[in-house]
Amino acid sequence: MPLQTLPREKTTPRFTVLVLLLSLLAGLCAVGIVFLTYGVNPFFAIYEIFRSSFGSAFGFKETLTKAIPLIFIGSGLALAYKAKFWNIGAESQLLWGAIFATWIGLNWGPHLPGPVIIPLMFLGGFIGGALWGIIPAVFKVKFGINEVISTLMLNYVAAEFVKYLVVGPWKGATKYGYPYTDDLPDHAILKLMEYSRISIPLLIFSVLVALTLCFVVYRTRFGYEVRVIGENSEAGKYAGIDFFKTTVLMMAISGGVAGLAGVGELTAIHKHLSYPETISAGYGFTAIIVAWLGRLNPGFAILSGLFFAGIIVGGDAIQMSMGLPAATVNVFNGLILVFLIMGDFLLSHRIVYKRRAK
Amino acid sequence: MLDVITSILVRTIVAGTPLLLGTLGEVVTERAGILNLGVEGMMSLGAVTGFIVTFTTGNPWLGMIAAILAGALISILHAFVTISLRANQVVSGLALTMLGLGLSGLWGKPYIGRPLLIKMTPIAIPGLSEIPVIGKVLFFQDAYFYLSVILGLIVWFVLKYTKVGITVRSVGENPKAAETLGINVTLVKYSCVMIGGAFAGMAGAHLSTAYSKSWIEGMTSGRGWIVIALTIFALWEPSKAFLGAYIFGGIFVIQYVLQPLGISPNLLAMLPYLTTLAVLLFYGMSSKGKRKMSAPATLGEPYIRGSR
Repeated sequence: MPLQTLPREKTTPRFTVLVLLLSLLAGLCAVGIVFLTYGVNPFFAIYEIFRSSFGSAFGFKETLTKAIPLIFIGSGLALAYKAKFWNIGAESQLLWGAIFATWIGLNWGPHLPGPVIIPLMFLGGFIGGALWGIIPAVFKVKFGINEVISTLMLNYVAAEFVKYLVVGPWKGATKYGYPYTDDLPDHAILKLMEYSRISIPLLIFSVLVALTLCFVVYRTRFGYEVRVIGENSEAGKYAGIDFFKTTVLMMAISGGVAGLAGVGELTAIHKHLSYPETISAGYGFTAIIVAWLGRLNPGFAILSGLFFAGIIVGGDAIQMSMGLPAATVNVFNGLILVFLIMGDFLLSHRIVYKRRAK
Repeated sequence: MLDVITSILVRTIVAGTPLLLGTLGEVVTERAGILNLGVEGMMSLGAVTGFIVTFTTGNPWLGMIAAILAGALISILHAFVTISLRANQVVSGLALTMLGLGLSGLWGKPYIGRPLLIKMTPIAIPGLSEIPVIGKVLFFQDAYFYLSVILGLIVWFVLKYTKVGITVRSVGENPKAAETLGINVTLVKYSCVMIGGAFAGMAGAHLSTAYSKSWIEGMTSGRGWIVIALTIFALWEPSKAFLGAYIFGGIFVIQYVLQPLGISPNLLAMLPYLTTLAVLLFYGMSSKGKRKMSAPATLGEPYIRGSR
């Protein structure tokens, strides 16, 4: 064969960005083909997606709103994926954040002022997400249980638990037939920017968390250990890394920041706990691609989180205007992820044209 | 009382059938060294394809064939990305799940709330179906059950006793040695991934055209992931896949048996997932060494031709 692939030693940042953009473009083309099978003009659909998410002030505000949970979760997943710990459970870590925060807000909220209760809810949410994240970490290191399966199973368990809470013991006294808890007290709810659903402090908080995690991964001893476990776990053993401690701490952080996303959704958007699909809207899964598009750098999760928030907002918009089902966003996510990992091949291999020797 | 037990067993077999089909496929795929986490997506696509074809043609057999083809076709994507491009198998499998769930939601939307007029009906095996209890449970089921048992026996026999089986296993255990012996490693891996996809597609069609007779989004509800856990539970052996599939089928049924006792349906719905965790935990505590030995040696690792 005249085409040969050879391993590529290093890549320039410019080439990396170029390949990522090409992968995204190819992914969008593939999405276009899917639109065609549905009888929708692909160019118009893709144009509409970006126009409604980044092309208007109203749309961009929604995009920022949805970027917040994606930045939180995406940066936490990037940390876990650095260690090749495939945490697919952010969806339920988010839910546990919301559960803990709801309990704190409803029980302590009436007795404490806003500046105390809000930080307490975020702290509680972090702990809730962290505890749920630690379970698969212990399972993996102590018992060798595949974390993809355990985190997924825990997703289903947590979702059923939230449903149980909101139709059962936590069902709000003021909510008549609806599956909601009571609303949080007014002072436990974040102030939003006018004519939007954005809480500016929350947005800043998410960006700070991502930047902090970026610092942790690349500039601390712990971050170094996480990367060593991911790149070469054998070497990690000889270097004396405590796998158990590092993995548990890493998953506590990864789950914890997903829990923060849950508190954010609760206190800024919904104001009460309700069905899991309402609280999360699949952020835990979309954030997997956010982390991947950000090349597993928690800092880049800010940009890729913003991009995928745009896809969600645009996807919602064309769903309504063109009558597409909610699953459209899944098609988007799946195809873009496939093309991103295909792009990785170009980043790690050179393709050379070789004339056959005579 | 006997009637109740019979009915529970019948439903256990029905609920276990898609799990068995899916697990058999994943066993074949993983035996060749490829981890395909996309079972949930392939199953969902099989369910929607099987449903649409059955709905439009009125023939559930055509639905089954279409679902098998759909599962095999979409699995090529995973094969290409992980075998030819040597990409990360975990992430590719996740992408396949998202894509499969997305496409099935997209294509299936017009069919929501429109039940099938004809579904796969139980076939009585003459004579045997008259036996009390056992007859109803084992010899009065739909075609998917009989096919899954036959296919299970075939997969078991082929993997264990034939040259094809040795070829597949050697590709998963030691692809370099296999290549030296003149085996086309890439071809074997592609084929095994596609067989896995075909099985997952068929399992999906069972859900939408035999188990129930309607399509709803998310109807696979984690069965694809349970299949992956069952593959580990079965120690990559088709014979043990039977046991695992029917145990889990029973757990799906027990939810409905326990519901009249006044336990919250939401808490009962956790059972299959909690059981999966418990089983893996039990295995992890008792047989870490055995599991390590049974897993195909190069599972999840990309293979580079001619590398040393």
